[in-house]
Amino acid sequence: MKRTTRQKLIRYSLYAVFVGVVGATALLADWGKISNSFFNPEIAAEMFPEVLTTAARNTIIYTLFAFIFGFVLALVLALMKLSTIKPYRYVAITYIEIFRGLPALVTISLVAFAIPIMFQGVRIPGGTLGQGAIGLGIVAAAYMAETIRAGIEAVPRGQMEAARSLGMSWGKAMTFIVLPQAFRIIIPPLTNELVLLIKDTSLFFVLGTTIESKELTKFGRDLMTAKFNGTPLTVVALVYLAITLPMTYLVSRLEKRTAAAR
Amino acid sequence: MNVTPDTPPPIQIRDLHKYFGELEVLKGIDFDVEFGEVVCLIGPSGSGKSTLLRCVNKLEEPTAGTILIEGIDITDPETDVDAVRTRIGMVFQQFNLFPHLTVLRNLSIAQRKVLGRDTEEAHGIARQMLDRVGLTDKIDEHPSRLSGGQQQRVAIARALCMNPDMMLFDEPTSALDPELIGEVLDVMRELADDGMTMVVVTHEMGFAKQVADRVIFMDGGVIVEDGPPGQVLDNPIHERTQRFLRAIEIE
Repeated sequence: MKRTTRQKLIRYSLYAVFVGVVGATALLADWGKISNSFFNPEIAAEMFPEVLTTAARNTIIYTLFAFIFGFVLALVLALMKLSTIKPYRYVAITYIEIFRGLPALVTISLVAFAIPIMFQGVRIPGGTLGQGAIGLGIVAAAYMAETIRAGIEAVPRGQMEAARSLGMSWGKAMTFIVLPQAFRIIIPPLTNELVLLIKDTSLFFVLGTTIESKELTKFGRDLMTAKFNGTPLTVVALVYLAITLPMTYLVSRLEKRTAAAR
Repeated sequence: MNVTPDTPPPIQIRDLHKYFGELEVLKGIDFDVEFGEVVCLIGPSGSGKSTLLRCVNKLEEPTAGTILIEGIDITDPETDVDAVRTRIGMVFQQFNLFPHLTVLRNLSIAQRKVLGRDTEEAHGIARQMLDRVGLTDKIDEHPSRLSGGQQQRVAIARALCMNPDMMLFDEPTSALDPELIGEVLDVMRELADDGMTMVVVTHEMGFAKQVADRVIFMDGGVIVEDGPPGQVLDNPIHERTQRFLRAIEIE
């Protein structure tokens, strides 16, 4: 057999497998049942506008607060890890290793439930928002600290030297010269982290929620149980994608721009 | 600045030692520079000339010895090194312009954040210095849009904006394409003619011959020969100096 004929045959058989699997799925699936259980228009219609005005809104607010808290903490940790003072380095390294190693659900539960037990009467204020954002922010800080550190180290040493030779203190050189350049480098990975946080706010269900404080996943799951139908989850999934897909698109745009700027 | 007989000299270095780990790169350097003097440091790579220059504004921490800048001991931990550095302009081999800032902001940021000048004053001085290096038309560009020679001239202007009493040049033309070296050397020559105190680490022997008041040849972490260019470059006493100059000529 000729080489080209053989390659053609392999190609055709791969197409045939694809068509076969898709066709079999389409034929074997019970479309009536699927459409009724996951794409029921009446149930979907009933979810509006609360799915947007309450659930999606809460998800976005939780994400932003967790991100902002996590980012500030991450910046401190990154600078500690780059510090010449050894204890600071050790604290940062230990923090990062611990909270990258723990499931986010455990950390959130620790913040919300263990702190009030360990320290009598101490409660993280702000309800679901406060407890969840701090718990998730603690986790996010561990990941973002490594990203920020890598960004700072990617700025050439000559930048710090030039700034210092002009009489700037270390802090001024960091603030006006090094960090602005580092942030340009790390905007794409930080946006990725933001997308991860959006999804992780679904863990806030452990905090126990009122009707007002439900985020998307909890909102969808509760409705699913109440209606005994999967449609709420489908709607919630589509809302998640409507938030996350533009962001991942933005990341790939930013990455291309950064790559082009070099 | 006004120099009176009582003004301490810009640079006085006594018995300077510098180790990188186990390696001793400076082995007891004594080195003085007078006001208005242009000193060229030459020598093979690894001779310690760049390290010596970087010790002058403490980008490298000296291991032992004293460095007096206008009479102030910068090896004393009590000294405010940031304040002393504003009097010492530094120009790097890789230019080290701030890529996220326009030329104007490259020139004004340290004036504002370190010297506390207001924006208007800082921009005025920036324009003046940019005019001095002949790049007024590039004021709103980002550094990446400039040629290497233009970037280095901007870097010189940036240092001048702080009104330094002396300028250090660390191989300022080594990263440049040959056809761009001339424009940078011209700017440096004008600076020297204006009476700027300059220490220049360089491989440009023509520049050293024409512009320097003194040429210092370093090798193996020590100063081997120190004198006027006519002596060090044309009639070197030491065998090592002769060998180095012959090697450069063959190039």
